Amino acid sequence: MVAESSLVIFAGRFALVVLLVSIFLALVRLIKGPDAADRIVALDLVSVLIVAFLAAYSIFSGETSFLDVAIGYVLIAFLGTVALARFLMRSAIRRSENANLADEASNNE
Amino acid sequence: MNEILTALLLVLGSLFSFVAALGMLRLPDTVIRMHAATKAGTLGAGLILIADAFFYAELGITLRALAAITFLLLTAPVAAHLIGRAAYYSGIRLWKKTWIDQLKDRYHPGQTKR
Repeated sequence: MVAESSLVIFAGRFALVVLLVSIFLALVRLIKGPDAADRIVALDLVSVLIVAFLAAYSIFSGETSFLDVAIGYVLIAFLGTVALARFLMRSAIRRSENANLADEASNNE
Repeated sequence: MNEILTALLLVLGSLFSFVAALGMLRLPDTVIRMHAATKAGTLGAGLILIADAFFYAELGITLRALAAITFLLLTAPVAAHLIGRAAYYSGIRLWKKTWIDQLKDRYHPGQTKR
């Protein structure tokens, strides 16, 4: 089923353009973001925006299989975000352990 | 009727997504930015998925849209919690106007880095 009424076509075009601009803004934060945590948050937002884009495009093009892609993408994006957050946590723990070891070493001297 | 609802939900959802991206760009620190990304972003994507359900008005499509919304609502808080904890633990710099920080001195005792 392809969008026939001009209202839906106009709204779909509007939504696609606005979502593209939003993805671009989130990518700016992904490039700028001073910490690794900022980049992970920006990547999470980009994946949510891509899901919204897929849903809007499935209305615009009349192709329903984009919805299945959206379901799969939500799960994959969640796994990616969790993996990156655990990586950040692990490296922070290792850094603080190393700092404690250095402290003890300097106290023993 | 369905077309008007579809168009309305599409416009609303894309505007909420735009607000989320704008907040991601303009807000001052990581934790505040997560607030924009998680809430407004999920709401925008959810509204557009509901627009899908109204546009096709079939059982299968509605169920798929509902499944996607359910996964979004289940995974967004978990992911946000994990990122927030990792970000705080890794020592992000909080906004200079933050006046209450209940975790101060809990994670890094002795280290006063912010």
